[in-house]
Amino acid sequence: MTSKPKVAFFDFAGCEGDQLEIINLEERLLDLVEVVEVVSFREAMSEHSDDYEIAFVEGSITTPHDVERLEEVRSNADTVIAIGSCAAFGGINSIRNEQDFQTVTERAYGEDAAMFDDPDAELFDSFEQAQPAKAFVEVEYEVPGCPIDGEEFIQTVTAILQGGDPSLANHPVCVDCKLAENTCAFDRGEICLGPITRGGGCDATCVSQGTRCWGCRGLVDNPAEDAYSEVLQEYGVTTDELLNEFTLYWSWQREHGPQADMQEVEQ
Amino acid sequence: MSQDIDIEGDLVTRVEGHGEIVVNATDGQLEACEWHVVESPRFFESMVVGRDWDEIHHIVSRICGICSVTHTMTGLKAVEDAMGVELSEQDVKLRKLALAGETLQSHVLHLGYLALPDLVGAKSVVPMANTHEEEVRTVIRLHKLGNELIETVAGRSTHAQRTIPGGFSQLPSEAELRDLRASLEGSWNDVETVVDLVLSLADELPEFTRETEFISLTDPDEYALYNGVPYSSDTGELDLADYREIVNEHVVEQSTAKFTKHNRDSYMVGALARFNNNYEQLGPMATAVADRFGLKPVCHNPYLNNVAQLVETAHLIERSIELIDSVLESGLEAQSDYHKPDVDVTAGQGVGAIEAPRGILFHEYTLDETGTALEGNCVIPTNQNHANIQLDMERLVPTIIDQPEGEIEHTLEMLVRAYDPCISCSTHYLDVEFVDTLPER
Repeated sequence: MTSKPKVAFFDFAGCEGDQLEIINLEERLLDLVEVVEVVSFREAMSEHSDDYEIAFVEGSITTPHDVERLEEVRSNADTVIAIGSCAAFGGINSIRNEQDFQTVTERAYGEDAAMFDDPDAELFDSFEQAQPAKAFVEVEYEVPGCPIDGEEFIQTVTAILQGGDPSLANHPVCVDCKLAENTCAFDRGEICLGPITRGGGCDATCVSQGTRCWGCRGLVDNPAEDAYSEVLQEYGVTTDELLNEFTLYWSWQREHGPQADMQEVEQ
Repeated sequence: MSQDIDIEGDLVTRVEGHGEIVVNATDGQLEACEWHVVESPRFFESMVVGRDWDEIHHIVSRICGICSVTHTMTGLKAVEDAMGVELSEQDVKLRKLALAGETLQSHVLHLGYLALPDLVGAKSVVPMANTHEEEVRTVIRLHKLGNELIETVAGRSTHAQRTIPGGFSQLPSEAELRDLRASLEGSWNDVETVVDLVLSLADELPEFTRETEFISLTDPDEYALYNGVPYSSDTGELDLADYREIVNEHVVEQSTAKFTKHNRDSYMVGALARFNNNYEQLGPMATAVADRFGLKPVCHNPYLNNVAQLVETAHLIERSIELIDSVLESGLEAQSDYHKPDVDVTAGQGVGAIEAPRGILFHEYTLDETGTALEGNCVIPTNQNHANIQLDMERLVPTIIDQPEGEIEHTLEMLVRAYDPCISCSTHYLDVEFVDTLPER
């Protein structure tokens, strides 16, 4: 009997909804702690240890302190997995990447925004952009989604524990919509990102619930851009309307593509 | 100041505080005691600017995963207020039902995963699965019930999809509502189990009181959660439009989170504030739970916020059954599976307030004539409790200063946890630093 692999969870700038989705596995979480040893999971426990092989990170990286902590996680772990869109590719947090940082701070803090320019105000040390974990350290795997799908999380963990290579589906959400027998959101007058968004883990849940695909799982690897352009033309979607959709989750991804160059950050 | 800040700890988001307690004492003389909150700003007030009226709720849902339904609905209420959108009676009932599910989920998460381990002396719920297996499985069932409620009504428990401006994109079926009702009715034994357990450990909750002001919503017709006007235990009913004057957000140097004050130097929001302000409107089961603990308004012991959450847990189950009955009695008015309510897009400014699990939450948006957001403002419950935590600590520490360090630390951690500021900052990242010398200022 070999010892159980040690697993740790870390959160950065995010809503912690992905960790909640893991807690929401309920009894199955008890099954999970049968096969791994959870040594750090702030949302559910007080213990903490720096001795772990597998690290899950949630949230975007927005401050030098985040980078410091992320690098520490990276040096402790054999395998780092980004869970949720914020950690995987910037997510909702990256909406502000398209905005002027000075304006961003003033909108949120009013006249106290000056703190962000004050080198002594260490607490207010913030990057101008929200970025994913892979912008700073090597990340082995991603579980995208806003929030993640618990089932997909379990599949990923299972694959890793079995020494396999968890792979993400690489078809657009449209495939899931067909399986769910949904009426196309375009036919309902919506602008939908389904044709170029990575499907596979979400079962097209948003379209199935009567809304549209917002793009939360990120761009599919080889989007059928020409076909999508035709669809957009057919439904009369303007470039501005489409860009507006792209900036909801994909601001960072659009700028950097799927794989980032590592950044050196001065501490 | 910065010498006392341990940035090795975790940073927080706009909603979920990362707190540190700093206590300076020399020769037993208390010189400083501060509640530090460090947040990693996410700038939601800026992120909504330039976004469409029908995606604002989708964005602000991401402020907090634990109470995403509340943020979604508060965002919707503010946008609907700005454009003068009216909801059907049925939609309001269903929103109240989804909200009840979330508060149930959040309360059980806090009580079961954080407060209970504290009381039984465990580090977390994980070892409790061996020592208190039945209780842990009970907590899990109740937590699932909360999520089941949200999923049935709003489609997904985290970042719900069906709640949209003007109503719902999709409704549960009558059969689903009846199943849900059966699950709710079947949960009383589980509630009983948790009540018995907490009651057996109630002596672990410190005796500490400090008079303060309690602010919550209040509503003439029901225990206010979704609807109502702000109410202060000091000054009575307040006008929602004046919410900025109610909260008086200000920046203090020990925190990147804003602090608030109304009639005194601090006020408290959350389950205990609601309990104190609206006790008469609790259902019979909830009142019975309060009686077993001898909890009566006005209670000024913040540690009993845990008990108030337990009381509300019973109330939420009662209230959810009532809401389902009310919807079924009038006959569920069906709509298409891809419903889009008719909304007249207009310019305007709107405010929404809802009782989140952790207290009163305000959102405000200004929209132009195309329904694009020009401005946004959110006042988060957790931030409204910071000043109250600070003043509680100042009152509490001198009374326990002679105790061993570990005891002081545990008592203060439990104090912060009682406020349920968020799941994460209530765990071990709450570092209590004892500093022998005052930091240079």
